[in-house]
Amino acid sequence: MSNTAMVKKYRNDFLREVEEKVEEGDWVRMCMQCGVCAGSCPLGDAWEHPPQEIFMMIRAGKREEVLGSDSMWMCTSCYNCIVRCPRELPITHIMHGLANYAHRLGLAPKANPTRRFAKIFWDNIATSGRVNELKLSLGLYFMDGFGNGIKKALAMKDVGLGLLKTGRLDPMGLFKAGGIKDKSGLQKALKKAREIEDTRKGY
Amino acid sequence: MATREYSFYPGCSSEKKTSASNYMVSVESMCKTLDVKLNEIPDWNCCGASIGYAEGGELPRTVMNARNLALAEEDSPGQDIVATCAACWLGTRESHERLGKDETLLNDTIESLKEAGINYEHKPEKNIRHMAEVLIEDIGYDEIGSHVSKPLEGVKIAGYVGCQTNRPFGIHGESYENPKYLDKLVETLGADPVEDYDQKVTCCGGALAFSEPEKSQNQIKKILESAYDFGAEMIVTPCPVCQMNVEVYQDQINKAHGTKFHIPVTYYSQLMTVAFGGNAKEAGLNGNIIKAKKLEEIAAK
Repeated sequence: MSNTAMVKKYRNDFLREVEEKVEEGDWVRMCMQCGVCAGSCPLGDAWEHPPQEIFMMIRAGKREEVLGSDSMWMCTSCYNCIVRCPRELPITHIMHGLANYAHRLGLAPKANPTRRFAKIFWDNIATSGRVNELKLSLGLYFMDGFGNGIKKALAMKDVGLGLLKTGRLDPMGLFKAGGIKDKSGLQKALKKAREIEDTRKGY
Repeated sequence: MATREYSFYPGCSSEKKTSASNYMVSVESMCKTLDVKLNEIPDWNCCGASIGYAEGGELPRTVMNARNLALAEEDSPGQDIVATCAACWLGTRESHERLGKDETLLNDTIESLKEAGINYEHKPEKNIRHMAEVLIEDIGYDEIGSHVSKPLEGVKIAGYVGCQTNRPFGIHGESYENPKYLDKLVETLGADPVEDYDQKVTCCGGALAFSEPEKSQNQIKKILESAYDFGAEMIVTPCPVCQMNVEVYQDQINKAHGTKFHIPVTYYSQLMTVAFGGNAKEAGLNGNIIKAKKLEEIAAK
């Protein structure tokens, strides 16, 4: 199990683990705890632990609390924290990196809707090369089963109809292959990329 | 006047029958008037958007963007790449910068793309730009103004810049906190910019409008409220995600909060097409769910 392997390898040096394994993780020790990121985040209220707290928790070795947190999943990728951080930490990327790492180790909160949506999104584009908007939305609505899916789809009915009437949604999107021509080439390249990354990170 | 030519990355939401297909229609009309030639990258793929991070690690995301960079260079060597979508622009430019800084990432990307028969050669001098940059830096307000045949007189427009067209790269010479280029553009087209629009760089929630609708709609509500407070009749944006999120959820927000929002959200390219004398269809106005009546009236004149 990769998670156990990481725990064994890094013991309780979670900072070193983050520095080595998480995208842009080597920036974490540069945080000076000013909190500008927390005040700048559009979804700030929804974060149990705002970024500067996450950084301090990493340094304090609070591995499970950080990787199991749904805080990073509140990032809307608006880059406000990045442009405002006095020390120029790439906070958005670190949050994405932590979320990705937690997800890959199976420690991210299972029910978090953004985690699940992000996975559906990636599978959607990695298969066909381009976003299929109808499959993407229906995939999200129906991820909790058929009954729930119908309920959610009905709640969104008017939005869908509006897009349909203005020619901004393809009703046949479910049945069309769509996407790029060289799907197989892209799929092979992405498979290779995943293999290389997995080897480098020891997943 | 010499034709300006660019390698063009339209992005997923620009395709026919997708959420920003009307953006594309108006961009084509606008470019025709401005004599800008867009060479679409052959068989381009998705940039990974931002939300791709959870499943797609850094390398797979970079590979997706590098594939486009390689195809662009092969098709239109030496040309700047221009994107109309904020996420496409950001994703491509970010990957290009990282490939120039990180040799391991570059070598891994080259190795991965060989599987698709693509030979990636890094071109550090390649510029990846947003269409707004082309308009402001290459063409300029004066030249844009010279094409205005139907000024958008008396229309009060709030310039909603949003996030990813503004951060982390932004438009040269503009601030992150109060970028003014949309206001200047609105003025150039003869309309009245709402200069006090204090939510002009507030995030609409982006992809979280799908996964965290309540939290995102709180954001959208702020963006709409401020436009109303300062007397806007219309919102204009350079981003397909901003456009969609701010337009399509107004009814749901009204139901949840007892508000009466009903304000058109347009693209800069739609304003330009109408001001340049284009008709409603050329401006993609039939694609707006909340009809931009003032623009329709001017276009019909």
